[in-house]
Amino acid sequence: MSRPREGARVPAPLLVPAALGVAFLVLPLVGLLVRAPWSSVGEQLAAPGVGQALRLSLVSATLATLLSLVLGVPLAWVLARSRMRGRSLLRALVTVPLVLPPVVGGVALFLVLGRQGIVGSWLDDAFGITIPFTTTAVVIAETFVAMPFLVVSVEGALRAADTRFEDVAATLGADRWTTFRRVTLPLVAPGVAAGAVLCWARALGEFGATITFAGNFPGTTQTMPLAVYLALQREPEAAIVLSLVLLAVSLATLLLLRDRWLGRAVP
Amino acid sequence: MTLEASVAVRRGSLDLAVDLAVADGEVLAVLGPNGAGKSTLLRVLAGLLPPDGGRVAVDGTPWDDDGVHLPAHRRSLGMVFQDALLFPHLSVADNVGFGLRTRGVGRADRRAAADAWLGRVGLEGLGDRRPAELSGGQAQRAALARALVGAPALLLLDEPLSALDARTRLAVRAELRRHLGDFAGSTVLVTHDPVDAMALADRVVVVEDGRVVQTGTPDEVNRRPRTDYVARLAGLSLLAGTGQGRTVRLDGGGEVAVAEEAAGPVFAAVRPESVALYLSRPDGSPRNVWPARLVGATPHGATVRCELAGEVPLVADVTATAFAELGLVPGAEVWATVKASEVAVYRR
Repeated sequence: MSRPREGARVPAPLLVPAALGVAFLVLPLVGLLVRAPWSSVGEQLAAPGVGQALRLSLVSATLATLLSLVLGVPLAWVLARSRMRGRSLLRALVTVPLVLPPVVGGVALFLVLGRQGIVGSWLDDAFGITIPFTTTAVVIAETFVAMPFLVVSVEGALRAADTRFEDVAATLGADRWTTFRRVTLPLVAPGVAAGAVLCWARALGEFGATITFAGNFPGTTQTMPLAVYLALQREPEAAIVLSLVLLAVSLATLLLLRDRWLGRAVP
Repeated sequence: MTLEASVAVRRGSLDLAVDLAVADGEVLAVLGPNGAGKSTLLRVLAGLLPPDGGRVAVDGTPWDDDGVHLPAHRRSLGMVFQDALLFPHLSVADNVGFGLRTRGVGRADRRAAADAWLGRVGLEGLGDRRPAELSGGQAQRAALARALVGAPALLLLDEPLSALDARTRLAVRAELRRHLGDFAGSTVLVTHDPVDAMALADRVVVVEDGRVVQTGTPDEVNRRPRTDYVARLAGLSLLAGTGQGRTVRLDGGGEVAVAEEAAGPVFAAVRPESVALYLSRPDGSPRNVWPARLVGATPHGATVRCELAGEVPLVADVTATAFAELGLVPGAEVWATVKASEVAVYRR
């Protein structure tokens, strides 16, 4: 028989706050499930605005994730591998959106890309392109908020990866770009996947930056979180149903992370 | 395919300055303790680390020189590391064919070349496996095939056997020896294991603290070590002294009688098996009789290797039976004898 492991007993001063903490995190979700108007769920989901908002959310979150991958993976490589000066400053700048209130991000984007903005006015004059209050603005706002999650995750994976594999590739005639494509990227693929899922989940839930920069127009910029907020003021039952959908998507994401990717990333 | 290198690297506490020349088909072993700078030297030869000074040239073409640094991927080389480092996301055959792929060889030709090399290293039919499904010895063989498949001018081996268990090491060493014999280019083998150096190399360079302290054939280095490190590796006791006729006066005090005339600064090397131990001073022929104290004893096959302290520090091998019969324990006072004809003497 094995003896009880040392530290297996939780001291009361820790146990009570821990239990309260669990209750605090779980009870609101239970309340959501309890209060859900289960009899009319189908009806609510079929309402015209819901499908539209859900589709817009999924599409814009996916586009934001793709954009984050295209820009964020190379950025993570630079942060993890290059020896250039000012790298830690760069890392700090890149992670600012992680701690910045999203609504501030929205304001900042508006100031830069809005019609009167530094870049926005030029886009407007030169190409007649207006970004704010379009679906493009939704994707940009979500990318701004979510990309740091991907960058941090991929950078961590790159730092943990064994660089000797890259040395081997070099001795076999692979230049740095070939090495990146054929060796480094496959080695950190689990980290990239985990980062992409995190990024996607964060983009899906984006509210503050989106409503500030893209507004709240059904069909073009009204994503699920915005729809939930609006519905809560007019028809709370619809808000609950919409919240359930987002909860389901979040739980599915979590399961995906645990079983498919995180499991492989941490053998 | 000749390698000529003169490498200088200063990095932290490491100050490396080593000259090497390796001819076609020759295998040079760089032997030295950990931290001597061996692996750094190899990284410079591979182009993975630009040297602070010096020159690396293969067949007269400079790879490193003033203002020249050919990056690793443009050097014609193959390298095998201590761990096989097969790419875990590729099949064994794709690993072996990796270097051909970077050189633009087509898929079918790559596969054919990889399969041929897998056959040569005794891994027929394992090409479709994942590296994780190979044993340590198989993985190291595949790594060797991967390094050799492109027929490089220079083969670099960085402690290629030290991660293997003793039995596997024996088998892979024999195999490696065969492939090195067939290899037309120059080979540099870095190791801290003298057996690897003796078994695989045509010539040995001993590096300590970033400097070459001895060069020679494995046999020369083995029989006539010039530093304590090499002597210990070869299992010899190395005594430095001054020769006067058939006597060597040791720098540390005491004298050793030798069979040949010697003059000037010399080394006297004594093999452990030629040292005999007695509990009381023996009578008779041996001219070298020294009192000593047993300070350490470690089993070494069927014998016990005894470390002796005293005026003349020695290492003695006695059979386990004799060790028991003499009732030796650490701290025991003994008499050590060596025949004069068993002492090798050579100039310092």
